[in-house]
Amino acid sequence: MDENLRRDIILAHYQNPKNKEIVEDERYVKVNTNNESCIDNIDLYVLVEEGSIKDIKFQGEACAISTSSTSIMITNLIGKSIEEAMEYIKNFDAMVNEKEYDSALLQEGIVYNEIYKQNNRKHCALLPYIGIRKVLDKKEELL
Amino acid sequence: MNREDFPMLLQDIIYFDNGATTLKPKCVIDKTVEYYEKYGANAHRGDYDISYKASEAYENTRRLVRDFIHARFLEEIIFTAGATEGLNLITRGFFEKLLEPGDEVLLTKSEHASNVLPWFSLAKSNGIQVSYIPLDSNYYVTLDNVKKAITPHTKVISLAYITNVIGDIRPIKEIVEFAHQHNIFVVVDAAQSIGHIKTDVQDLDVDFLVFSAHKMCGPTGVGVLYGKKELLENVTPLILGGGMNESFDNEAEVYLKDLPTRLEPGTPNVAGVIAFGSAIEYLNKIGLAEISFYEKNLRKYLVEKLIAIPHLDILNLESDSGIVSFNVEGIFSQDVAYFLNKYNICVRAGNHCAKILKKEVGVNNTIRISLYFYNTYEEIDALVELLSDKDKILKEML
Repeated sequence: MDENLRRDIILAHYQNPKNKEIVEDERYVKVNTNNESCIDNIDLYVLVEEGSIKDIKFQGEACAISTSSTSIMITNLIGKSIEEAMEYIKNFDAMVNEKEYDSALLQEGIVYNEIYKQNNRKHCALLPYIGIRKVLDKKEELL
Repeated sequence: MNREDFPMLLQDIIYFDNGATTLKPKCVIDKTVEYYEKYGANAHRGDYDISYKASEAYENTRRLVRDFIHARFLEEIIFTAGATEGLNLITRGFFEKLLEPGDEVLLTKSEHASNVLPWFSLAKSNGIQVSYIPLDSNYYVTLDNVKKAITPHTKVISLAYITNVIGDIRPIKEIVEFAHQHNIFVVVDAAQSIGHIKTDVQDLDVDFLVFSAHKMCGPTGVGVLYGKKELLENVTPLILGGGMNESFDNEAEVYLKDLPTRLEPGTPNVAGVIAFGSAIEYLNKIGLAEISFYEKNLRKYLVEKLIAIPHLDILNLESDSGIVSFNVEGIFSQDVAYFLNKYNICVRAGNHCAKILKKEVGVNNTIRISLYFYNTYEEIDALVELLSDKDKILKEML
């Protein structure tokens, strides 16, 4: 991937993150995800209805990688069924951890395909995924 | 100053995180090795030469500490694992018995977690009240604000000599004088000050004072609890075991040793304490006055340069210590730290364990530069050059 394009995408999602809004709707499930070794701290608000993700919003303070990764994840997950979302998450996780993955599935998430080179930032990219998993794992049990 | 004494500085790094820990001079590292290679026996135990030598070296550090902080008696120096342990020891081992429900402890919002959480814990278990001395517009503690904050219920004031985010030097002597007129104990967390400014516990007249060796060129895992002898006599050990007991036959007949051994249970960090002695000798040789003076000038230079960068927000323009906290507008502090790391510049990003400060200053996280005597003007120039170019930060921080 072209380095400039990668940077532009990450910075666009960092400086103008999508779906970063306050949610006061009780139908949303709130989950916090934070990074023990640094100061990233994100709250996800997830609306799951009829087995699919209707909406996600987020709040909080985090670094460029965590913030952009959250924005990209949310953009890609809205509208997906829980199974599709889990598949996306599995592939993203595989990419960050240098395992085999389906790049077509990840869309803009692909910008983190070289994050493994910076060990201390892998967790930043994965941060929102740890949060969303907490919600979806529970929802999966209910299916 | 004295850069050649620090093996870490042979690497291509600029180390600006001295508030977290300081680098160690070769003499301290050598001393650790010397103990393990030449007389690595337990202290206060065997009746043989090398154990005697280890004991002597261990106790020699106590003498060095006593003189370094100008304590009256050797027994007033208790070795701990660090400032955190010291604060926990006195909150639980001394103040728990003394304080009654409704009694008040005064802190400030800029204290480090280790001077907050033990008191919170005591508040929960003993019903004491934790209140705060208001900070002024520079986030400083003034004697006036201390006077205003004290109530008839105030029994303890516990605060840092120098805080780890704002870096202000508190008027401890004046605070103690006023507090003692009202029968209030004063506990001082000297972790950030001990290696930077002169500490004289008799002149300050503090009741307790804690610090860590690793923030003054010493090893990690060693600290000191100073207490006035008559107060330490009443500190109950929190950990019981070997070394600290005199004799025991059954549960009714347990006799503990005298100070300071009573409060140093188990095998202490013998190597660490001995090496800590070297660190004190090392700092004495350079001179704390010299260190303070150099640091103050270095900070002045740093702040002057940082002020000139329009996209920086500096939290503490004023302060006499070597701590400067700031943010680059629109960029998360940790991203700036990652960026600087690419140029081997070590800075800290975050809330620096002062989590109740953020509401007070309206800023959650900052980048913190904390200087020490081995930092140089050239290092500051390198930092300033990188921080001046916001586009470069944005381009390279990922």
